Amino acid sequence: MPDKVEYPVQLVQPDGRRVLDREHAALVADVGPELLRKMYEDMVVTRRIDTEATALQRQGQLGLWAPLLGQEATQVGSAHALYPDDYVFCSYREAAVAYCRGVNPSEITRLWRGVAHSCWDPSAVNMTNPNIIVGSQGLHATGYAYAAHLDGAEIATIAYFGDGASSQGDIAEALGFASSWSAPVVFLCQNNHWAISEPVRVQSQTPIVRRAYGYGIPGVQVDGNDALAVLAVTRQAVARARSGGGPSFIEAITYRMGPHTTADDPTRYRSSAETEQWARRDPIDRLRRLLERESLFDSSFQRSVADRADEVARQVRTSTIEMPDPGPMDLFEHVYAAPHALITEERRAYAEYLAGDPSEAAARPEGVPS
Amino acid sequence: MITTFAGALNTGLRRALEDDPKVILMGEDIGRLGGVFRVTDALQKDFGNNRVVDTPLAESGIVGTAFGMALRGYRPVCEIQFDGFVYPAFDQIVSHVAKIHYRTQGKVHAPITIRIPFGGGIGSVEHHSESPEAYFAHTAGLRVMTPSTPADAYSMIRQAIALDDPVIFFEPKRRYWDKADVDFVALDRDGGLPADRARVCATGTDATIVAYGGTVATALSAAKIAGEEGHSLEVIDLRSLSPIDFDTIAESVAKTGRLVITHEAPVFAGLGAEIAARITERCFYYLEAPVLRVGGFDIPYPPAKLEKFHLPDPDRILAAVDRTLAA
Repeated sequence: MPDKVEYPVQLVQPDGRRVLDREHAALVADVGPELLRKMYEDMVVTRRIDTEATALQRQGQLGLWAPLLGQEATQVGSAHALYPDDYVFCSYREAAVAYCRGVNPSEITRLWRGVAHSCWDPSAVNMTNPNIIVGSQGLHATGYAYAAHLDGAEIATIAYFGDGASSQGDIAEALGFASSWSAPVVFLCQNNHWAISEPVRVQSQTPIVRRAYGYGIPGVQVDGNDALAVLAVTRQAVARARSGGGPSFIEAITYRMGPHTTADDPTRYRSSAETEQWARRDPIDRLRRLLERESLFDSSFQRSVADRADEVARQVRTSTIEMPDPGPMDLFEHVYAAPHALITEERRAYAEYLAGDPSEAAARPEGVPS
Repeated sequence: MITTFAGALNTGLRRALEDDPKVILMGEDIGRLGGVFRVTDALQKDFGNNRVVDTPLAESGIVGTAFGMALRGYRPVCEIQFDGFVYPAFDQIVSHVAKIHYRTQGKVHAPITIRIPFGGGIGSVEHHSESPEAYFAHTAGLRVMTPSTPADAYSMIRQAIALDDPVIFFEPKRRYWDKADVDFVALDRDGGLPADRARVCATGTDATIVAYGGTVATALSAAKIAGEEGHSLEVIDLRSLSPIDFDTIAESVAKTGRLVITHEAPVFAGLGAEIAARITERCFYYLEAPVLRVGGFDIPYPPAKLEKFHLPDPDRILAAVDRTLAA
């Protein structure tokens, strides 16, 4: 991969015209109407999931939600470059990646509702659950990739993280380990310009992708609001990983159009002019304009996409509201894989307490030794 | 067979590598050097550098990549070179390794063993003599073990690696060169005492001493001296710090009525406090005196020339025994 720091890879301009880029256009030369439309549908549907989840939070049905609004092209474009046997390590904003991996939409809000610390079964879709500690998943992905390499599995492992996480030591260590081990891992930094209230210049005075070069890892900057360009560079990185070429780094330049989470107020730290500027680069609009220019966007397609979005949104809403609250004894489940005396004792004592055993001893550890 | 504590660990690791192709050792300098304490001596030569992996010098990286490997079905055994070096890996251990089973409702295991040489008494420089066990025992999802004899070193490292739960495995570094006759055949046959059980290593009737890791031998020395002075002390080696085998301690205290706990770690909010509280709750009517603790002072680990004052020795343990017997 060349050093394209100053000129992020772009294959579709904001007005929908294609960009002539011989190297990267070749990587998506096979992408026909079907896949373009599929990516458009996935972007619309995941925006709808995002809108629905945000509404559910406002209505008190979710404790929190981390909107991905504006990052659909980076997530959908990169996810379409992956194979089912590749493995995804994510942060907490990758609902669109999850959807594209085949996660049942009715599982996407589980963690945010507070009924569990996770959403879906990782092994069912080869994708980890939301990771709240930023950056640590870079190491997990590197370890997984190395293990896959030891197994002789020709797969890629990809780690999604943000510009804020790029400052964490774990990302630096992950780059070091990945380079040292030639691990087949793709680092995908979604530079969405804001780590809560901190602009990306607080994290770095140079393009983030340049950090990879110091570790001997090739990297590329891509227009993260251009799904086709993201698909192209991710395909390149994934192919490199699968063929034993080692790690790669992608910095996708995108923008978090919404708040960091539903608890955040971005009007306190950024201007509406900036937000409006990025709204004009909306990733969904861009792909729609491309489809329109190439006569792939008609009313029946539009209708089918809207129907799919409605259906998924309904699924998210219904399943979220119907998720049963866990019971008090669930507190003690799965702390350990094998029985652990302390947990066993606390579970027993709490069960007796809940059963209303009037004796004081019931809530205490067993009285005297036998 | 006569072996050192380090040699017993080496044999245990070797057997684990032989038994399960998914076991992989990783850490700094564990390959050609065999680790700074030679615990992994010759293992890379015999199993190759894909099974015994020299890692970059980064502790969070060691544990974080081990976690990723565990997600792919491996059973990594990480070596942290010294106790004071584990802190950069703390987030990976407590936020990820410890919690993944709970987080995923049991769908994902993290069968990782993290070996940490711990404790003082070898005249080392700063960051090489710490006792950070309370941090890990305080973290749900982790098991914490520390053998004190070569035989336990062998059987407990094998049990730790075989467990589907993550284990913080503290090796009392001043015992690495202790020698004993270990019956490996018998341990292979019956597996040894389960690692979550404490062992009564000296029987007595007047007071109970609870110790673990490096202080077990110190407690046994104290018991021997007390015996010569006519006091019969029972010594218990905890072996497991999470969970703690309170049943064995309570049985002993029901018999002796007196309890002294000793560990190298600072006393404040240490494991001794937990043991004192639980045993007081369980054995209130059996206790003849308050539970006492003899530990390190609540200071940073001191320079080598001062550690002999900081570490519990037989005299300080016996002074506590005198106090409890006088009560």
